[in-house]
Amino acid sequence: MRLAVKKLSALAAAAILTVSLASCATASDTTSRPAATAPAAAPELSGTLSVFAAASLKKTFTDLATAFEAAHPKVKVSLSFDGSSTLVTQITQGAPADVFASADTKNMTKLSDAKMAAGEPVDFATNVLTLIVPPNNPANIASFADAAKPGTKLVICAAQVPCGAAALSDAKNAGLTLAPVSEELNVTSVLGKVTSGEADAGLVYVTDAKPAGTAVKEVPLKLATPTVNEYPIVAVEGSKQQELAQAFIALVTAPQGQKVLQDAGFGTP
Amino acid sequence: MQVLAPRNSPRRFGEPWQFQAVPRWIYLLAGVGALFILLPLFGMVAQVDWAAFIPLISSESSIAALGLSLRTATASTLLCIIFGIPLALVLARARFRGQGVLRALILLPLVVPPVVGGLALLYTFGRVAWIGQTFSTFGIDIAFSTTAVVMAQAFVALPFLVLSLEGSLRTAGQKYEAVAATLGARPSTVLRRITLPLVLPGLVSGAVLAFARSLGEFGATLTFAGSLQGVTRTLPLEIYLQRETDPDAAVALSFLLIAVSLVVVLLAYRTPRSPLRVLVRGSAPPQDVLP
Repeated sequence: MRLAVKKLSALAAAAILTVSLASCATASDTTSRPAATAPAAAPELSGTLSVFAAASLKKTFTDLATAFEAAHPKVKVSLSFDGSSTLVTQITQGAPADVFASADTKNMTKLSDAKMAAGEPVDFATNVLTLIVPPNNPANIASFADAAKPGTKLVICAAQVPCGAAALSDAKNAGLTLAPVSEELNVTSVLGKVTSGEADAGLVYVTDAKPAGTAVKEVPLKLATPTVNEYPIVAVEGSKQQELAQAFIALVTAPQGQKVLQDAGFGTP
Repeated sequence: MQVLAPRNSPRRFGEPWQFQAVPRWIYLLAGVGALFILLPLFGMVAQVDWAAFIPLISSESSIAALGLSLRTATASTLLCIIFGIPLALVLARARFRGQGVLRALILLPLVVPPVVGGLALLYTFGRVAWIGQTFSTFGIDIAFSTTAVVMAQAFVALPFLVLSLEGSLRTAGQKYEAVAATLGARPSTVLRRITLPLVLPGLVSGAVLAFARSLGEFGATLTFAGSLQGVTRTLPLEIYLQRETDPDAAVALSFLLIAVSLVVVLLAYRTPRSPLRVLVRGSAPPQDVLP
C-alpha cells in the first residue's frame, strides 16, 4: 500500500511535470519562437520582441508596436499590459520579457534591484493627475477643494498604487485633506466609478481622462506643483533580443514615438 | 449529503471489511486531481514568512478587512437562507410555466464572471439606475456602502444554497409531507416539522457553501461596492491591494483566508456522526421502509 502510494505520487508528479513542461513550451513558442532562428549579426532586424508595459500605455504602445513592425517587416512585437508592480513580479519570476516600460520609478527600481535591468532606465514620458466628474456634474464640482468637501463622493486610487500616491501628494500640495468614499485598486476602476455616475468625482491620469471623451468632464486641478509620474523604460537583462529591445526603446524616445505619446496626453520628461 | 458522506466510507479501525468497487487506475487520476488542488496550496504555505506572520496579519488594515469579511459574509449567508429556502422550495415542489428558465436564470451567477454580476448590480441599484434613484429619494445610498458588499456577496452566493437545497428536497421526496398532510397538518406545519428537518443537512451544506463563496467574493464587490478600509474593503480586496506593495503580507493574509474557509467547511463536513446529523438521520429512516 505504502509503495503503491509512492508510485502513484511519482506518476502524478511526472504527469504534472509533463503538463507544465508542455505549457512552458507553448508559452515560449508564442513569445520568443523565432529567437533561435534569428541570425545574431544580421543587418536587418528580425525576431519577436516581447514588451511588458504599464496598463496606461496600452493605446500608445499598441500604435508604436505597429509602427515598429512596419519599419522592420521581419519583426513581430508581442505586447503585455498590466499594472507595473504586477509586471515586475512576473519578470522577476521568469516571464519572458525583452523590454519593460513602467508607470513609475518605484517599480523600475524593483527591477534594477533584482539585477534584471540591462543598463540605465530612460525616462520617456510623464503623467499627471486630473479631476474628472460625470458629464452632468451632480455635485457641482468646480475645483479640487470642492471634491475634497465632506459628503462629496470622491473616488481615488489606494495609496499603495502609483495613482493613489500621486493623489495624496497632490492633496498635500494643495493643502487639502481628501475624504474618499472608495480607494480603488487601479485607475481604471476610478474611471469606471465616475463614468457610471456612481461617484461625484475621481482623480485619474490626464491620459485616462482624454480617451474617455464626453463620458466625463475634466475639472482642472490648478496646482502650483503637480505631482509628476515619470515613465522609465529599459531592456531586460538576460533577454536574447537586446538589439531589438534597444531599437524599440530608440523609437519610443525618438520624435516619432514622443509625438504619439504627447498626442495621448503624456508629458515630456 | 449522501455524496459527501457515503455509506461505504474508508474502513475505520474495528469496522468490518467492505467491498470496494473502485478500480485501481481511478486512484491515479484522483491523485492527479487532488494534487492539482493541493500543490498550489502547499506552494503558498511554503511562501508564508512564519516569523513575521502575526505582525503581518495583525496590522490595522488586515484586522479591519477580516472583521468586515466575517460580518458581511454572515449577513449575506442569512440573506441567502431567508430567500434561498423559499426559492429552492418553489423550484423543487411547485410546477409552473417557465420553471426551467427561472432555474437557469437563478443559477446564472454561478457561471457568469463576478465582475459581470457587479456591473449588473451597479446598473440596477446604482445611483443612476431607476431602483437606485428610488432608494436615493428615501435617503438610502447603496453604492460605496457595506450594504453593497453584502448585496454583491448574496448575489453570487445565493445559487449555491438554492442548488444544494433543491437537490436535497428532490432526494427527500414528498412521502412524509403527504402523510403529514393527510393527518391534518397545515402546509406551514408540514414545512416546519417535516420538510425542513428532512433537508437540514442540505441546507447546512448550502449555507456553508454560500458563506465560503461570500468570504471569497472579489469581482462583484470591487465593481459594485468600491474599496474603503473598514467599509467595503473585504479580505480578498485587501489581499489584492497588499500584493502591490507588500507581497509577504498578501501571502500571509491569503493563508489566513484559506484557514478561515477551511475551518468553516470542516465544521460543516467534519464527520457524518455529528450530533446534528444523527438527529436528522434518526428522524429520517430510509425511504424504502415506507410504501
